[in-house]
Amino acid sequence: MHLSPDEIIYWQQGFFKLNATIVMTWGVMFLLVVGSMLITWNLSRELKRSRWQNLLEIIVTGILKQIEEVGLDQPKKYIYFLGTLFLFVAVASLCTVIPGYEPPTGSLSTTTALALCVFVAVPFFGIEVQGIANYLKAYAQPHFFMLPFNIISELSRTLALAVRLFGNMMSGSMIVAILLTITPFVFPIVMTALGLLTGMVQAYIFSILAAVYIAAATRVRKPPPAVAEKKQIPSIGNKRSSHG
Amino acid sequence: MDSMTAIAVVSIIIAGITTSFGTMGPALAEGRAVAKALTALAQQPDASATITRTLFVGLAMIESTAIYCFVISMILIFANPFWNHIIAPAAGK
Repeated sequence: MHLSPDEIIYWQQGFFKLNATIVMTWGVMFLLVVGSMLITWNLSRELKRSRWQNLLEIIVTGILKQIEEVGLDQPKKYIYFLGTLFLFVAVASLCTVIPGYEPPTGSLSTTTALALCVFVAVPFFGIEVQGIANYLKAYAQPHFFMLPFNIISELSRTLALAVRLFGNMMSGSMIVAILLTITPFVFPIVMTALGLLTGMVQAYIFSILAAVYIAAATRVRKPPPAVAEKKQIPSIGNKRSSHG
Repeated sequence: MDSMTAIAVVSIIIAGITTSFGTMGPALAEGRAVAKALTALAQQPDASATITRTLFVGLAMIESTAIYCFVISMILIFANPFWNHIIAPAAGK
């Protein structure tokens, strides 16, 4: 029994190792890239279209809608990043139905890499939207006293993102491996089906949390009260969810 | 009982205690959160999209504490850092 797919090594030459995590990641990437290239080869704008195009359109519009609901105004700008995160994590856990496959997200290296992408993307989008001065000012926001706590929360939520995804994926395959040794074959199948559900939920949560963090970083500050009072706009659109 | 056995016994016991106590709190918290969310859904079915999304994000936050405990118990069982401390001098002899 192994803790992560890092420990399955296919090929090794000196410092370079080709372990199962890398190979499975390449597999998932290949599946995603070649699959979407094949589907988007000849798109139709008519009413008659292939079922694969329908599938992709459902996925893309669904992701766009979810991103917009979180509070990001231009979802098309963020779908490249957030949609890729969601699709990678979702496909990585959906592929567990293939025998011999180990989810690459069950390795702490993969999830740390994904979480580091979020860690870099949040200030990137924040600075792009608000400018560097306004973005840095947000760290000392309620009071200057809160500066260290804001920085700690930035680091700890990255750690939490990585460990949450890793723990869920690893626990799924670990429970199946433990059950295989002590129970009849039916129970591991049930746990694998449960693992598919958990994988989808985790993919959703990972990308929604990234979207929430980006929405919190790109939130443009309210105008000063003197201007706001003059116009007297009732604030309906204030449905932004709080950031974790 | 030599130190190797002691480490094994302590690690296994602590791993069990970590997971059991670590899941207790999140289980209660998730139960409360789902109950409140169901109440809110019954009162305001129109806001179901927002409530469900916030519920999922919140559940993930709560659940991650249980996951931390699980990861720690897995480390204690499968990748115990104290093993190397004992095994390395023993192998050198």
